[in-house]
Amino acid sequence: MAVQRNMDPKKCPMPVQDPMVRRNNFDEVALGYTYEMAVNEAKRCLNCKNKPCRTACPVQIDIPAFIERVANEDMEGAYQIISQSSSLPAVCGRVCPQEKQCESKCVRGIKGESVGIGRLERFVADWHRENCKEKPAMPEQNGHKVAIIGAGPSGLTAAGDLAKLGYKVTVYEALHLAGGVLVYGIPEFRLPKIIVQKEIDNLKAIGVDIETNMVIGKVLTIDELFDMGNEAVYIGSGAGLPRFMNIPGESLKGVYSANEYLTRINLMKAYLPTSKTPIKHSKKVAVVGGGNVAMDAARSAKRMGAEEVYIVYRRGMEELPARKEEVEHAEEEGIIFRTLTNPVEVLGNEAGEVCGMKCVEMELGEPDASGRRSPVVKENSEFVLDVDTMIMAIGTSPNPLIRSTTPGLEANSRGCIVTDGENGLTSREGVYAGGDAVTGAATVILAMGAGKAAAKAIDEYIKSKNS
Amino acid sequence: MYKIVRKKELNPTVTLMEIEAPLIAKKAEPGQFIIFRALEDSERVPLTIADFDREKGTVTIIYQIVGGATMELNGLNEGDSLHDFVGPLGKPSETEGLKKVAVVGGGVGCAIAYPIAKKLHNLGCEVHSIVGFRNKDLVILEDEFNNVSDKLCMMTDDGSYGTKGLVTNALEELIKEGNQYDEVIAIGPVIMMKFVSLLTKKYNIKTIVSMNPIMIDGTGMCGGCRLTVGGKTKFACVDGPDFDGHEVDFDEAMHRGTMYRDFETHAREASCNLLNKEVK
Repeated sequence: MAVQRNMDPKKCPMPVQDPMVRRNNFDEVALGYTYEMAVNEAKRCLNCKNKPCRTACPVQIDIPAFIERVANEDMEGAYQIISQSSSLPAVCGRVCPQEKQCESKCVRGIKGESVGIGRLERFVADWHRENCKEKPAMPEQNGHKVAIIGAGPSGLTAAGDLAKLGYKVTVYEALHLAGGVLVYGIPEFRLPKIIVQKEIDNLKAIGVDIETNMVIGKVLTIDELFDMGNEAVYIGSGAGLPRFMNIPGESLKGVYSANEYLTRINLMKAYLPTSKTPIKHSKKVAVVGGGNVAMDAARSAKRMGAEEVYIVYRRGMEELPARKEEVEHAEEEGIIFRTLTNPVEVLGNEAGEVCGMKCVEMELGEPDASGRRSPVVKENSEFVLDVDTMIMAIGTSPNPLIRSTTPGLEANSRGCIVTDGENGLTSREGVYAGGDAVTGAATVILAMGAGKAAAKAIDEYIKSKNS
Repeated sequence: MYKIVRKKELNPTVTLMEIEAPLIAKKAEPGQFIIFRALEDSERVPLTIADFDREKGTVTIIYQIVGGATMELNGLNEGDSLHDFVGPLGKPSETEGLKKVAVVGGGVGCAIAYPIAKKLHNLGCEVHSIVGFRNKDLVILEDEFNNVSDKLCMMTDDGSYGTKGLVTNALEELIKEGNQYDEVIAIGPVIMMKFVSLLTKKYNIKTIVSMNPIMIDGTGMCGGCRLTVGGKTKFACVDGPDFDGHEVDFDEAMHRGTMYRDFETHAREASCNLLNKEVK
């Protein structure tokens, strides 16, 4: 059915909670499109022939096809199209950097704003969750077993795809709850945990087994997983090891890794008054780093009641690696950006608590190997930032537990597992890997893309082995 | 689920639990730890493994009631199950090549010192155990230590049992008597491990301590358990929990251990009040 196109050059804005209100609560910031907004926005899609958006999607969702369904008000049809390619649509619609992926290639973006693909994906997933109560059907079993290490976005995607192909999939998770970074890292106000839980319930409904409290490399090795009848193993163990700056004072009370701070708040629910997990209730907080994790930590600190929260970043505003939307949201909520600033020492009082952060000002010099202008210290620019808490959000490295207990598994000097191109095959036969464990810290959707590619490769490998 | 097959009070504040966890029991080694959550909404708490039975498929933990989480654990009884129990985490204690060792345990730390003494004994090593408690009522595992030690020195702070004095007094005496130890293994309060390490440094005897800092995940993810060892940052959960006692910055570790003291006190009181209400 032909639809009347909507030629508005701007995309329909996302309704959000007022910044002055939301900075005091952990409820979701973005409220989601209404039905009418979604249908109208969908009509902005030209359904163009080349579909450049689709090739820019790491999991290759047939974007124009699902948007066409939305325009025709066939929401369930739209959901079915998305779910063919993505195991976690409600998650991706919220946390994907669409502006760097699908939406960056949208034809409508040439003379205006791109179609709000991410917002539509979110709408469709939410609509399905609220309106379709029936569980997905259990696929026919093919009698082959696969083990997956890590119940984060990469492992869950691989699990979903393999289960749909009929494999008996067991996912081993080290923590007490499945979801990986979706539950311990990304805060409730960006990704409500009930949504993650529903997506995981859908995977369980198609036969995926999730075993929590299982640290592979310790309680079972990869070799033992093969002994248990698994024909392939996928490693999606992420990049969980936090980096510190190695400056004096990092062991003072009140210095957190972003991982620890966010895990206490998200996984252990320290933001609820009933939580049994403690967290420092800070007055003035400095978050070091400029990525999405830094924004999450800063915005969480604000919501925990901190009066002043700084983002301390050694490059400028233009160089912040975080999504633009996250930076804007943080600014609206009153986060103070101290860019071109770098900490050199954490200061402590007699009780061993943080009482300040000594910083230097920076200026941008020549572009480095990565093409970014490298910051250099301005002479005699030292000053002290008055803070009682410092949160390090300067990146993470892959966890060594698996590579150190799996003979023959190759890793590079940064601890990332080495794989053969896109299908994720490691140096061990039948062992595949993807996501942050291979790339180092990256995004949810890239990890999902890797899980998807590996699932396909694992299916081909097991079929060829048994034919 | 992780069923409690045995619960035994060792003294008024220290309790032993034997828990069904066959996969962990199969892999556990002395020096490693587990993380438990008693209930679905409990805090994650690390505890070093006190014993394990590979055939029965059980892991034994010994805990002291110090805060809300251990109080919740203590609220469970034989036949009940823990909500979460994960391990074995950390590196096992190194025992290879040791011929003569002094194992020093302080208070509830004896629960962790014991499996190491036992393993060394079974490997044919000469074991001198020195265990210290505040008073007679708090003594635990005396028979167990007796069974695996070539010599056992029982110390109490007030002299109500064994010899009055500190574990360091007994250790120094043994050293002065001419005992040549390949290694001293000290497990107990941080302050005790600090003073044992200072003593053995004087005599140039290699000393291993088992650190038990605050942590969440136990797999290297949160970094909350970091310590300074030989001037470098180490994570107790993946690099330890055993470290060279002559290299550990104990004062810093003691400071870090007090991070949530107010919260813990409050949580313990809240749990007590809840229990009181239930009793009524």
